[in-house]
Amino acid sequence: MELLAFGKTGWGDELFYATLMTIAVSVTAMFIGFIFALIFTPLKLSKFKFLNLIGNFYTTVIRGVPELLVIYLFFFGGSGAIMYVASIFGYFEYIEINAFITGSMAIGIISGAYSTEVFRGAIQSIDKGQFEAAKVLGINKFTQFYKIILPQMLRLAIPNLSNVWQITLKDTSLISVTGLVEIMRQSYIAAGSTRDPLFFYSFAAVLYLMLTYLSMKLINRLEIKYSRGY
Amino acid sequence: MDLDLMLSSLPKLLVAAVVTLKLLSTSLFFGLIIGLLFAILRINKNIFINKFAYGYSYLFRGTPLLVQIFIIYFGLGQIEYLRSTFLWVILKEPYWCAIIAFTLNTGAYTSEILRSAFQTIKPGIIEAGKSLGISNKVIFYKIQIPIAIRQSLPAYGNEIILMMKGTSLASTVTLMDLTGVAKYIISTTFKPIEVFIVAGGIYLFMTFIIHNFIKYLEKKYSFSQ
Repeated sequence: MELLAFGKTGWGDELFYATLMTIAVSVTAMFIGFIFALIFTPLKLSKFKFLNLIGNFYTTVIRGVPELLVIYLFFFGGSGAIMYVASIFGYFEYIEINAFITGSMAIGIISGAYSTEVFRGAIQSIDKGQFEAAKVLGINKFTQFYKIILPQMLRLAIPNLSNVWQITLKDTSLISVTGLVEIMRQSYIAAGSTRDPLFFYSFAAVLYLMLTYLSMKLINRLEIKYSRGY
Repeated sequence: MDLDLMLSSLPKLLVAAVVTLKLLSTSLFFGLIIGLLFAILRINKNIFINKFAYGYSYLFRGTPLLVQIFIIYFGLGQIEYLRSTFLWVILKEPYWCAIIAFTLNTGAYTSEILRSAFQTIKPGIIEAGKSLGISNKVIFYKIQIPIAIRQSLPAYGNEIILMMKGTSLASTVTLMDLTGVAKYIISTTFKPIEVFIVAGGIYLFMTFIIHNFIKYLEKKYSFSQ
């Protein structure tokens, strides 16, 4: 237990902040994923073949390629890409993007592909009559989506989104390879300097179990809230 | 775009893809055995056996694969007792550590897939078997298991693809699999996009093959209506 003491003598506070970092990255990545899903779900459901192709390309590539490879692409290629864009605007200095942004973007794009699939499935399983009824009542597209489709869609999507959240949470462990100090990285550092990897990696496993368990409980409450009336 | 680099890295990456496939097939083979074993334990009525199997799958599904590999590769070597047994011959090799981690991980997911398949078998089928005087053992091996396997094919196909992506983590314990070699080429040439296209293309190709193979199996073993 001494190893987990707070303050200078133990790793307690470091691991605590690392856990907060894991949560922060997961939440940011999930949010970025939602933005991607909002862009690509309409593309996948579009009537135009070309837009369909773009949407399918995104979800197929991201879901077929290992997460680690995507992270390496962002880690090694991220600042290069930003500098290229900047050079078009006449800025030639070296730009470094921090590990938090690179990591969240990489995990966010992965999580977005899964969210897109979930949203597509949820929208497709809403009864066609709902869209038609809204049209007949003269409700505009915007209100139709936010007041009629979205609430019904959320009920169907939440159980699957909970899976996406679990995947995202566990994927954040991979960005430790970029040097961002989250649970895995901190355990790696602690294991290195105390020569006690078994303890620290097991403790990391416990932290992850705690996070998945707690988020499960929270999501269950959301699920109950959105399935009122069913 | 550096086409020369893409062409010259292709053979290296293809050789590395063989390592990935070896890791995948070995861990899937052992994982399926463990998964079937634990699925049978899960549907056991004894609460302790049941809870034990649930605990196993919960533990391995609730933690990242990376943690599991690190515990097995870096952590187990710390136990003095293990170092003196024959197990050490296996545990000092990163290749076998990765295989053990992947096997246990895919075993946990497979056990869940098979369990839900066992539970969705209609009781009428088992009752029909009983009324025909077929013994419980034969019902289990000849009726329940084939139906469960057919039932779980789509989910298991997903698991194979997830596991294929999971094998990329072997590169974190010094193994030169497809991702490991890709990372090495990226870090020596600083051409991430080109290497990503080639390595990602190989992964996508493997995904495509697995996906279609499972589809073929589904069709072959589908129930005739």
